[in-house]
Amino acid sequence: MSDITITERQAGDVTIVDLEGKVTIGEGSVALRTTIRRLLGEGKNKILLNLAGVGYIDSSGIGELVSSFTAVKKEGGTLKLLKLTQKIQDLLAITKLLTVFDVYDDEGEALSSYN
Amino acid sequence: MSETLEITLPSKIGSVEEVATAAEEFVASRGLGDEMAYAVDMAVREAVANAVKHGNKLDDSKNVEVTLADTGDAIKVTVRDHGAGFDVEGVPDPTDPEHLLCTNGRGILFMRSFMDEVEWANAPGGGLMVKMSKVKK
Repeated sequence: MSDITITERQAGDVTIVDLEGKVTIGEGSVALRTTIRRLLGEGKNKILLNLAGVGYIDSSGIGELVSSFTAVKKEGGTLKLLKLTQKIQDLLAITKLLTVFDVYDDEGEALSSYN
Repeated sequence: MSETLEITLPSKIGSVEEVATAAEEFVASRGLGDEMAYAVDMAVREAVANAVKHGNKLDDSKNVEVTLADTGDAIKVTVRDHGAGFDVEGVPDPTDPEHLLCTNGRGILFMRSFMDEVEWANAPGGGLMVKMSKVKK
């Protein structure tokens, strides 16, 4: 059984990707990578990753967030993060990646920021 | 409940989750709280991932050996691989602006962030051993 469930919603031209479970080495990281690459292939390059349901992320998962961010940027798009748990916020602080990602707590505010 | 847990696993990515879960359960079963369990889980996960990928280079004929011990005042962990070793000091600082967008290289940072002591040594008979400890609060 997969440790992660990924679902997508569309809000205008922004794709909201809801993650539920673990983003860790192996299946979780690969599932995220596959989803982002597929969305880019479909021409969807405004992506909002909702991490509210992510209970655990390791360095591989953090690396996958960075990889997704750079892949989307390379395609001329923007990847932003929504609803970080305290643990994820702490890890992004340790890695100084809070300076890289645009992070939002409110979905409406996050969606408005793409305009 | 035993005060020491020894686990030997093949060098597969799946081993990382297996041993991290066992480490978390070992700590939780000793009533040490969620914060300690999370810290040890994370440190073990990162150390085993390094051993599997960079130490044993995913050669599943080589094992990774993990020991967790409750010494009374601390949880001590050793993770040993059978690879050629690597220069820990040579790993770039992932928080350096030049390396911020690297997709890997944060495991050692996490181990050092979550544990009180982390050190590497050549293991007797070959391979690399990382020793970590976290003092109980």
